Amino acid sequence: MIRALASVGAGVLALLAVVGRFAIFTGQTISHLFRPPFYPREFGVALMQIGYFSLPVVGLTALFTGGALALQIYAGGARFSAEAVVPQIVAIGMVRELGPVLVGLMIAARVTSSIAAEIATMKVTEQIDALVTLSTHPMKYLTLPRVLAATLVMPVLVGVGDVIGIFGGFLVGTERLGFNAATYLKNTADFLEPLDVISSLSKGAVFGFIAALMGCYFGMNSARGAMGVGRATKGSVVAAAVLILAANFLLTEAFFSA
Amino acid sequence: MIELRDVHKAFGSNHVLRGLNLTVTSGESMVVIGGSGSGKSVLLKNILGLIQPDQGKILIDGQDVTQLPRDAFLARFGMLFQGGALFDSLPVWQNVAFRLLRGSLKRTWDEAREIAIEKLRRVGLGPDVADRFPAELSGGMQKRVSLARAIAAGPEIIFFDEPTTGLDPIMAGVINDLIREIVTEMGATAITITHDMTSVRAIADRVAMLHNGKMRWVGPIAELDTCGDPYVTQFVSGSPDGPIETLR
Repeated sequence: MIRALASVGAGVLALLAVVGRFAIFTGQTISHLFRPPFYPREFGVALMQIGYFSLPVVGLTALFTGGALALQIYAGGARFSAEAVVPQIVAIGMVRELGPVLVGLMIAARVTSSIAAEIATMKVTEQIDALVTLSTHPMKYLTLPRVLAATLVMPVLVGVGDVIGIFGGFLVGTERLGFNAATYLKNTADFLEPLDVISSLSKGAVFGFIAALMGCYFGMNSARGAMGVGRATKGSVVAAAVLILAANFLLTEAFFSA
Repeated sequence: MIELRDVHKAFGSNHVLRGLNLTVTSGESMVVIGGSGSGKSVLLKNILGLIQPDQGKILIDGQDVTQLPRDAFLARFGMLFQGGALFDSLPVWQNVAFRLLRGSLKRTWDEAREIAIEKLRRVGLGPDVADRFPAELSGGMQKRVSLARAIAAGPEIIFFDEPTTGLDPIMAGVINDLIREIVTEMGATAITITHDMTSVRAIADRVAMLHNGKMRWVGPIAELDTCGDPYVTQFVSGSPDGPIETLR
């Protein structure tokens, strides 16, 4: 009995230690936002890597999801003669939920893994130590530019994803399901409210922050060797995906619970 | 002058440094030898502040390193890492000029590139290497680039961590000669850690042997072979028989 309690206690303590380390890491990252020196070139590179080069995967994911969503709503709506709601449900589904969540998860897969693997490899090959000896703070040079870039660029990616997702639904609706193009667009525009767009873009910023922070945290805390890099990469993606989904629930609750 | 006084460092139950004392005078080239896992790299990382000692003091020119402003303190150092530790994402010249492109030593882009190319030339590499990436270079060339980076900002103190590991004997000889020449011409204080006895003889003014977390013997290179310490004698001769325990 005591042994079982001890193992539960050890597990709780380990969890609290991880939460504490992560909270400190987050606080340190944010604090560097207000303390020079800054590295604008690193920030620019991160913007391109996280934002511009993610556009194809974001666009394709949103396009196919929007199209599939239109087909599903049409088929489901047909059961109670509500096929006409396809434009409205595609719009609300993409903007409120699927757009931010899918873009967030794609960024977790593409960007979080890449950041974690890169930083973990830098740690294993002593590049992080080299940065310190060259009077450069690793958090300022590696973490802050990536986290800031992801936080700022993700709303843009989510916005693009929302538009392309709606366009995917529009294509399927007009080409496959027989909707009138003008009516489809009008119904979409009329149904969406500013809060839908604000929530979508806000979720994007939060998900971007989480995705980049997880990559940096796991990379910086990687163990030695190839296995360490592998574990850091895997752990970062899992943690980012779970936290994005949890944050999505909390943000949805905050925006739409009333 | 670098002084380590009664420095202790443990990682969990592994006590790596157990009251280490060492003094390296200005302009001197000190080589630290010792078996794998004896704490040689930990010693350098403690001086640089990459890890903190559990106990003891480290002084640079009589000042406690923990009391010195961090940036100014690090600006006095250059370090050649065992694996080179070059930044994969930057071309060679930006690796060499890293310190000159940012921070308190910042120069213009053109100036920094010029200095980088001059430092590359000093280590025997042509300007054609400047725009290549580290992954495109051989191990020996990477070591040279890392050496160029270590000396780029004219440091007063240079650390060399296993400078010849992984190199063929000829390239190892070239790196040893370069280190000796550069340390002499810059008048820098140098600490080198190595297993390579050829390096020791080429680089050292004095030698210190680290064993069991303490300096077992410290003396001039001329006395290395005649010091009479059985640990040093065994290490220098590479014999499996002697007081240093070996796994077989």
